[in-house]
Amino acid sequence: MSVPKLTIKDLHVAVEGKEILKGVNLEVKGGEIHAIMGPNGTGKSTLASALMGHPKYEVTSGTVTLDDQDLLEMAVDERARAGLFLAMQYPSEISGVTNSDFLRSAINAKRGEGNEISLMKFIRELDKKMELLEMDESFATRYLNEGFSGGEKKRNEILQMLMLQPRIAILDEIDSGLDIDALKVVAKGVNSMRSPEFGCLIITHYQRLLNYIKPDFVHVFMQGRIVKSGGPELAERLEAEGYDWVKEELGIEDEAANPTA
Amino acid sequence: MSVETTYPFDQQVITQLSQSLKEPDWLLADRLEALELATQLPLPKVEQTNISGWNFTNFKPYTEESPVQIDQLPDHVKSYLFDEKSGNLLVQKNSSVVFKQLADELAQKGIIFTDLTTASREHGDLVKKYLTQAVKKEEHRLAALNAALWTGGVFLYVPRNVEVEVPFQSLFWAAGENVGIHPHILIIADENSRVEFVANYVGDDLVSLNNSVIEVFVRQNAQVRVATINNMGKSAVEVIYRRALVDRDGKMEWIIGDLSEGRIISDNTSYLNGQGGTANVKAVALGVGKMRANITSNIHHFGTYTNSDIQARSVMKDEASSILNSITKIEKGASKSDGQQSGKVLMLNPKARGDANPILLIDENDVKAGHAASVGRIDPIQLYYLMSRGITKEQAEKLIIFGFLDQVISEIPSESLRQNIIHVIEGKFGA
Ligand SMILES: Nc1ncnc2c1ncn2[C@@H]1O[C@H](COP(=O)(O)OP(=O)(O)OP(=O)(O)O)[C@@H](O)[C@H]1O
Ligand SMILES: [Mg+2]
Repeated sequence: MSVPKLTIKDLHVAVEGKEILKGVNLEVKGGEIHAIMGPNGTGKSTLASALMGHPKYEVTSGTVTLDDQDLLEMAVDERARAGLFLAMQYPSEISGVTNSDFLRSAINAKRGEGNEISLMKFIRELDKKMELLEMDESFATRYLNEGFSGGEKKRNEILQMLMLQPRIAILDEIDSGLDIDALKVVAKGVNSMRSPEFGCLIITHYQRLLNYIKPDFVHVFMQGRIVKSGGPELAERLEAEGYDWVKEELGIEDEAANPTA
Repeated sequence: MSVETTYPFDQQVITQLSQSLKEPDWLLADRLEALELATQLPLPKVEQTNISGWNFTNFKPYTEESPVQIDQLPDHVKSYLFDEKSGNLLVQKNSSVVFKQLADELAQKGIIFTDLTTASREHGDLVKKYLTQAVKKEEHRLAALNAALWTGGVFLYVPRNVEVEVPFQSLFWAAGENVGIHPHILIIADENSRVEFVANYVGDDLVSLNNSVIEVFVRQNAQVRVATINNMGKSAVEVIYRRALVDRDGKMEWIIGDLSEGRIISDNTSYLNGQGGTANVKAVALGVGKMRANITSNIHHFGTYTNSDIQARSVMKDEASSILNSITKIEKGASKSDGQQSGKVLMLNPKARGDANPILLIDENDVKAGHAASVGRIDPIQLYYLMSRGITKEQAEKLIIFGFLDQVISEIPSESLRQNIIHVIEGKFGA
């Protein structure tokens, strides 16, 4: 397996005709953990959704490549099969489809026809990963995310990541709604993936998560782009002092914390 | 006022046919009376669907076939049958019953399972007592046409206290240019008996008509389950009136797979006449191409302490359209009754159409009733979510559809039946 590389260059994205992302530049390579922090409504989830190919988000300019492939040319499912994974801020609920049927379909979609995973092996893998994430086995046969609590949904996103073994994962607020024990479990799951063949982009509001998943790079997101980058110490300062000092430093004046509120 | 209708078959054709099959005189008289009614009666009233232009009368009225062995059936037809070696089975091709088999030990218990023509000769009194008593020929033109023109058919009688574990199966296979079939199934489950019956209707794209009737008499404390899987071709008009009369403490269960591709009137109606009777309906429909379906599940509560539940799901692809009617009627005096229903339509393509009509008609105060109905399109965000895990769009749609149908399909008690329905549905999604 090769070392993955996700390269985002001058990415502009609009939602319903309104420009949200205004020139994002970022490179995530295998072995690296990046964290993105930033005020509400500044476009962090928009970045994640645009990278995955959400139908509502329109890329107006810029390029994104995964290794040397043009990611933006690919359909959503092709992106996933190329190794991209997004743990969503608000995962969908799908009635009538069990978690395990869904996971098996996803694994087999990647493996391709004629190379399907055996049921035994699948069950073994699933048991192992669910144990790691301290999930009750009933979650395998429950309908996908239906009636899951906020925290259970997050844990289930990480379960999917562990089962699918992506090369680049984006975790959008995987820590929101988690109590401290759940946070540790989720961090354990993410850390179990760490290797030169895995790169990760963590979107979060809380330094807390980063105590358990040590990032190599921290980026501050404002006004639809990355405005400042640094190491783990940047996250600590943001947690302690908020964003005002960044705005001051960069001469940003009108960054509304809740533009739609 | 009624309009005179003329048909490509007449008294003489019916008389000749009846006589050549050595049917009893009362039956011929019945048929001729029905034919007369068919020329006078109007078409049935079908909610929200205009059937006046549908072809109910232009077809080859009689297409005789010779007997076959089960092994000779083509695979796509044979695939509907399960346990065909040990099973109790009747196969009708076009107008003729071409295969029938009943296990000896069941015959010894007094069970009668044969084609309706033979039954009318050998068990005339029994047939005469029940035939067209549930679906009456006076109701409308289509019921009258079936009563006049049925051939082959099934007669199943289960005596008192006899319980049968394995389902009785029947297969109605229509094939050929302008073929029309009129199957008629008559089931009598006597007191305290238990029986399960499966009817499959399969036809190719040349067939023009399947006008069929199922009559079920559920006597006191009997339990009957009838499953129908319909998969006729694009050009066919399909009419299926199913009716159950349920006596005291009797239990009727309908399992319905409307998977045909032409124009469809599918009706199941249960009358809970005695105290403590139960009727459950599990109906799934899948429409592809230009399929037009009007699907009605109808329960009449007359007895006290009667229970019913309708679970109907319909998935419309391409340009298909379906009207899903769920009717629960609780009559005055049917106190302590409970009628529940849920009807849901899922549309996959912009040109697909669907409607769900939940109808509760309650003339008694001391009852429970509830309904749920919805019509919706496939959620693009759900699709996106599944695809974001590498699942192709087609596969993701399939997962969502089977998920939508699961509430009904997973409740079907027979594994073989469940697999058959899933198999036919999967076939409609191609490779
Ligand atoms: N589907 C959408 N339709 C309309 N507006 C949208 C949509 N998605 C995002 N937006 C708008 O784009 C802006 C950025 O939203 P986004 O969800 O990317 O913010 P965020 O940085 O993830 O915020 P948070 O920290 O609250 O999760 C907001 O003003 C939001 O209202
Ligand atoms: Mg967000």
